[in-house]
Amino acid sequence: MGGRDATMVLLDENGIRCDGRKIDEPRRIMIKAGGLKNADGSAYIEFGDNKILVGVFGPRDVHPKHMSDTDTGILRVRYHMEPFSVGERKRPAPSRREIEISKVIKEALEPAVMLEKFPRTAVDVFIEVLQADGGTRCAALTAASVALADAGIPMRDMVAAIASGKVADTIILDVNNEEDQAGQADMPVGYMPSLKKITLLQLDGVLTPEEYKKCVDVGVKGCEVVYELQKKALHDKYFGNKGD
Amino acid sequence: MADKRKYVIPGDVITSGPFRPEQNVVLEGNNIIATAVGISEIYEDSVKVIPLTGKYIPKINDLVIGKVISHTSLSWELDVNSCYVGFLPAQDVFGRDFSTHADELSSKLKTGDLVAARIANFDRTRDPLVTISDRDLGKIDDGILVKISPSKVPRLIGKKGSMIQMIEMATNAAVTIGQNGWVVISCETDEGLLKAKKAVEMVNEKAHIANLTDLIKDMLDGKDES
Repeated sequence: MGGRDATMVLLDENGIRCDGRKIDEPRRIMIKAGGLKNADGSAYIEFGDNKILVGVFGPRDVHPKHMSDTDTGILRVRYHMEPFSVGERKRPAPSRREIEISKVIKEALEPAVMLEKFPRTAVDVFIEVLQADGGTRCAALTAASVALADAGIPMRDMVAAIASGKVADTIILDVNNEEDQAGQADMPVGYMPSLKKITLLQLDGVLTPEEYKKCVDVGVKGCEVVYELQKKALHDKYFGNKGD
Repeated sequence: MADKRKYVIPGDVITSGPFRPEQNVVLEGNNIIATAVGISEIYEDSVKVIPLTGKYIPKINDLVIGKVISHTSLSWELDVNSCYVGFLPAQDVFGRDFSTHADELSSKLKTGDLVAARIANFDRTRDPLVTISDRDLGKIDDGILVKISPSKVPRLIGKKGSMIQMIEMATNAAVTIGQNGWVVISCETDEGLLKAKKAVEMVNEKAHIANLTDLIKDMLDGKDES
């Protein structure tokens, strides 16, 4: 991934960030529901320069059989980065990082998905990162939630996600790759907007208690912006953008 | 009755108050929340969401079309386009005096055969039990299988069967609709068969359009004249 550039100005005196955004401005986000014919549900997201495709299957039979649970369905998530998704070729085998992100996304989706309705089945979520530019786990989680809704899997709420962070002693929304590498803190937040519950919260860096609270608040506010776009994507596909 | 129709996605609050949550909604605190993408309907005392997507979930007494995928010496397994396989016990076909020695299951139903079946029993602990011992049920000998989305089956049937009756009348075809989204069409003329198939596929693709009935009618009539 991109090397550290000591001379880069992350935040100038006018409060403008290295890619020209304001401190509380997310990158350009485009979400599309559907698109894959063979998957039960799918979604595509462009989150700044991140490009991620998600396919969902299920509920379906569990293979291998011993993984199935007689009380509830299970959720399986695979987060995978394409070899061409980053600057230098990434080996296609699942890395430690990818395994971790798969687990984190799975646990962030579980509170929303009503798996107990489908005992002895599995819901499979396949996330393919086509192009990465910082904040892929949030973008992937956002898209996975749209894909699950597209597959018609019962959910208590959508899950929207965005990262907040700290750069040049300022709390910012939507950390990009440069800010992630050179910034002081990065906090991905996953949030269920209607239930007002946080399902994903990670923190890389050091924050004071006040900064921590502010960071969470900024992240939650960002999630609400993302949620509106998720809503739009599903409305576009199913209701021809007639809205309510 | 269903005056307050709304387009909803999971997490949307449909209403709050003393309503009974029905299909695809949950009660969260005092709010009734949709759990699927669909159209919400508020009745006098209940709320439900008609889903626009999703797999078929077996319900007791549903008529389904199944495809035999395998059999053991005691039962058949049917693919019913769901996350569970349909379980058809041999006694259902051979009667109570079924014996594993005397009766060969493949003599009645072979792998790949289509059957019209009814869900006899289903709960979350076991695979759905299906039966074919009833009038109108059993092996389907002729006709073509058209697969549509299970969530669009109510649209294909229409209000009190209006849509399907219209298609059947116009094409002279017999259409068997399984709640699982599999539809078998049989017709004496190839022309009627193709037309009925086209109509069913059109319902599947354009289920969300408001004046679908007129559209289908035009299509069926248009072909009649040409």
